[in-house]
Amino acid sequence: MSLIPDNSQNEASEAPLFSVRDLNVSFGTYQGAVHAVRGVSFDVGREKVAIVGESGSGKSTLGRAILRLLPRFAKVNATSMRFQGQDLLGASEKSIRAIRGKRISMILQDPKFSLNPVVSVGRQIAEAYSAHNMASGSAAKKRAIEMLETVRIRNPAQVFDMYPHELSGGMGQRVMIAMMLAPGPEFLIADEPTSALDVTVRLQVLAVLDDLVSERGLGLLFITHDLNLVRSFCDRVLIMYAGRVVETLAASDLDMASHPYTRGLLASLPRVDHPTDRLETLKRDPAWLE
Amino acid sequence: MAELRIENLSIVLGNDTILDSVSFAIDKGEVFGLVGESGSGKSTVLKCISGLYAHWRGVIAVGGEDVSGLSRTARSLKIQMVFQDPYGSLHPQKTVASQLTEPLRIHRRPVEPKILVEALEMVGLSAAFLHRFPHQISGGQRQRVVIARSLLLEPDILLLDEPTSALDVSVQAEILNLLCDLRERLGLTYLLVSHDLAVVAHMCPQIAVMRQGKILEMITRDILNEERQAAHPYTQGLIVASKGYDRTLAHAMHDGELF
Repeated sequence: MSLIPDNSQNEASEAPLFSVRDLNVSFGTYQGAVHAVRGVSFDVGREKVAIVGESGSGKSTLGRAILRLLPRFAKVNATSMRFQGQDLLGASEKSIRAIRGKRISMILQDPKFSLNPVVSVGRQIAEAYSAHNMASGSAAKKRAIEMLETVRIRNPAQVFDMYPHELSGGMGQRVMIAMMLAPGPEFLIADEPTSALDVTVRLQVLAVLDDLVSERGLGLLFITHDLNLVRSFCDRVLIMYAGRVVETLAASDLDMASHPYTRGLLASLPRVDHPTDRLETLKRDPAWLE
Repeated sequence: MAELRIENLSIVLGNDTILDSVSFAIDKGEVFGLVGESGSGKSTVLKCISGLYAHWRGVIAVGGEDVSGLSRTARSLKIQMVFQDPYGSLHPQKTVASQLTEPLRIHRRPVEPKILVEALEMVGLSAAFLHRFPHQISGGQRQRVVIARSLLLEPDILLLDEPTSALDVSVQAEILNLLCDLRERLGLTYLLVSHDLAVVAHMCPQIAVMRQGKILEMITRDILNEERQAAHPYTQGLIVASKGYDRTLAHAMHDGELF
């Protein structure tokens, strides 16, 4: 477990872990260019930053653009995109490969589709580790079992030999996290990591992510549509609408949001503790696109 | 008399008992909620009621009449179901008009454009949607089409299986409001299944919590506001977990103090 960098000590370096300025992503289609991300700028330190938006707001595209995972016809440009001082924009494909998976990892929504169904989960985790580190088979296996322990799987040695279909959704998602952690990343991008999970299982997966940030000093970019969750889980929130960040707030100040879109979203949520007869519906203002 | 009465409903699939003596009753015009985690059997209850499973044991009665004696067509005049994924429940190669015609055709009823337009207007869509395909309309509009189709045969009971969990929150609010309006206008009775406690609490005064094929306890909406009143620790955990992230609760759950 010592291989996960303990970043909590060296906070002396004031520069944020990750920073991007004026990021734009557009896709060329037959009907002209679709501008999916428009001029987005933000920093992520060793904290939990949420990107919240509805489907089509560009939040997942943003996450993929950081790791250069978009198809080749996507046009990505920005004035700067830096990870620990290193320029990601001008980096060669080779140096991106050294970062992607090893230093910045991405957790996807559904473990059912992200795990290989015919390879045992332990071998998949070990493979992620040996892809970035020279390690013997037994060292990689040891590492995989350690990672399963880190994500609080109770009997890691047994789970190592299991196949994805033998795992529940929550276990599968924890295996995914274990796989992403094996190379020891410093920055995690989690794209809707708990949307496919039950509320109680969700809580356990979040606790794993929470510990990684608070105890090991990772940075977490949490992409989600769930405002209620963000309120209690994250430190800061960026609200995206139609490719733009319309508002940035501390998660605890979510109720003081000033942008009408954020306020509309909050009002349209049914709340367990504030029952109403009718839910507010969102009236979209064309001016928000300006 | 209860509009929908379920008594000792049990079903075995393979060697597993999926439902074990589930009983509840819903009065006419009421909304009843079923909550539970995946695998708790809540959707299976709906599948038994709607006739997608036939080999259940127990009693399912609609308006006092046992449904096991009804033919499929007779049953579909009383009960209709709305599924989670509106894209999956509409035929991708048929227009909205043709999807709406289907129930009428099956029941050998006259198909008039007027009826279809009225059905669309009831769910807040216009006649312009008749000639569109599912991929040409948004998720919320698709779910509206599905609701319109389920109402064409004028059922008494609507079974709603996670009707909004595939939708964005702003669209979810519109669909939930629509369902409330329709219930008031048409005097419908709803059985709503969801894993989202907030949605169920918003819609239903009476809620059954399911776990492992059994009804763990019946709660009312008021209990949710003061979380510690729920009798069973599982329900208490469910309520707290739906309110958001709570570090202490997460650790307590892992250490096996809850559940």
